Amino acid sequence: MRKQLIATVEDLLEKDERVVLLLGDIGVYGFRQAFKRFPTRVYNIGILEQATVSLAAGLAMDGMIPIFHTIAPFLAERALEQIKDDFGYQGLGGNFVSVGASYDYAALGCTHQCPGDVQVLKSIPNMQIVVPGSTDDFDRLFRQAYDNPYPTYFRLSEQGTTFTSNVEFAKADVLRQGTLGTVIAVGPVVSMVMVACAYLDVTVLYYTTVQPFDRASLRENCDTGKVAVVEPYYEGTSAYEVQESLRGRSVNALNIGVPRKFLTGYGRIADQNEACGLTVGAIRERLVAHFDSGE
Amino acid sequence: MTIKELKKKIILTSQASSEGHIPSSFSILDILYVLHNGVLKAEDRFILSKGHASLGLYAVLADKGVFGWDVFESFCKPDSLLGGHPSRGKAPGVLASTGSLGHGFPMAVGMSLAKKIKKEDGRVFCIIGDGEANEGSIWEACLIAGHRNLNNLTCIVDYNHSTDRAIELLHLCDKFTSFGFSVKSIDGHDHESLMRVLSSPRFDRPSMVIAHTVSGKGCKPIESNPAWHHRPFSIAEAEVLIQELV
Repeated sequence: MRKQLIATVEDLLEKDERVVLLLGDIGVYGFRQAFKRFPTRVYNIGILEQATVSLAAGLAMDGMIPIFHTIAPFLAERALEQIKDDFGYQGLGGNFVSVGASYDYAALGCTHQCPGDVQVLKSIPNMQIVVPGSTDDFDRLFRQAYDNPYPTYFRLSEQGTTFTSNVEFAKADVLRQGTLGTVIAVGPVVSMVMVACAYLDVTVLYYTTVQPFDRASLRENCDTGKVAVVEPYYEGTSAYEVQESLRGRSVNALNIGVPRKFLTGYGRIADQNEACGLTVGAIRERLVAHFDSGE
Repeated sequence: MTIKELKKKIILTSQASSEGHIPSSFSILDILYVLHNGVLKAEDRFILSKGHASLGLYAVLADKGVFGWDVFESFCKPDSLLGGHPSRGKAPGVLASTGSLGHGFPMAVGMSLAKKIKKEDGRVFCIIGDGEANEGSIWEACLIAGHRNLNNLTCIVDYNHSTDRAIELLHLCDKFTSFGFSVKSIDGHDHESLMRVLSSPRFDRPSMVIAHTVSGKGCKPIESNPAWHHRPFSIAEAEVLIQELV
């Protein structure tokens, strides 16, 4: 997805003179052409995330469209208050693009892991949160949302799927329909979910925007009230949205995601997926038990 | 209005609302007054980073006719445009919502950078508190402003020593100089000095003006008195404060 970020942002730098790219001393080599082509609008601003977010707000106040790119915990958690006050409270548009989703940097340990990013950013009422599943998703969603008047978080993942879908910003995609209940797949876990659900008679909804959450699509596609959410960050992050979407109905929800504990192991992404139960087999087992399909 | 008359307005409005940081407001009132009476031009921007001194800013904006004194006197009422900290898009004449310390100055740095990108004239001014300079984001912003040589930026430090009890900001001139600023040290209550320094910056580097001030300036009972930082008080106390104004 990082390659797509570079391609998409370079194209927007070309097409839209309001776009300013701020890098937290990452992606500098990848954006080397952009530095040459747009020297007054591409900055390696340094490793100082809090001031960078506020600086980006200052740019936005003067009509620029800032894009700040750095590693997830240093963006979403260290600079949370700046995003909240300087963008959310002030009602400014800006883009925050992270890498290092959940345990993408598994071997680097907990300081570089960030399964809580979406949860904390959801606490900012007008924050938009986008979790693309694929490079195509990212390109489509970024182009649709980058210049709207809200702060928008784009969560890049090393686990990008090749699954294709014509995603739309703030809209869920109905991938298939069934009778036992509804499975919500968020971003890059969609491939695993589709395989896990291969022989389950369930509806599958694909969400790439998790705030604002497309409540209408869930309401329209969940007659049974039986839901499972599979999300690539802390389990239960979308629970409030599911509850609000189905308000007035009896809801039986299963939350599958990253367990709420420090992931103190290292290894690679696949090792952490295994440890977290985010594999096709483990997801399928829990879905079957939840939907009680008799398998 | 004179500075003394503005201070009287601030005392009365603070008393009526049981809100407001009077000593902080008096500390920077002369700076705000000079900025808004001869320094700031149409193409300039101003951010009050130490937002808790909002009453000082509101008084000067009301005096300039940006909004009426009735608006000023509505300070902190439920439907008021003017809160304890200034709010962008709500308080007339306010560019940035501040209050959480360490946010306004880096935003000012961003505005300075935007002016550079757009090749716009004009300068960006910002007032920070010395206590606010405890915040790491202030120094992060200094790193950026110095490195990017944002010579359209002027920051004024309200150096009233109110937080020396926690951390003394020793060698402040040297600190900012080492970050790439042109630093000037002045009496923050001397209008002539303020006008001279703020009107004629050194344009080859970002400017830092260390304004030596007194918290609660011009009202002896509250001068450098931390008990008055933020507290409700009676009409009788307000009358005493007003009598003490110089």
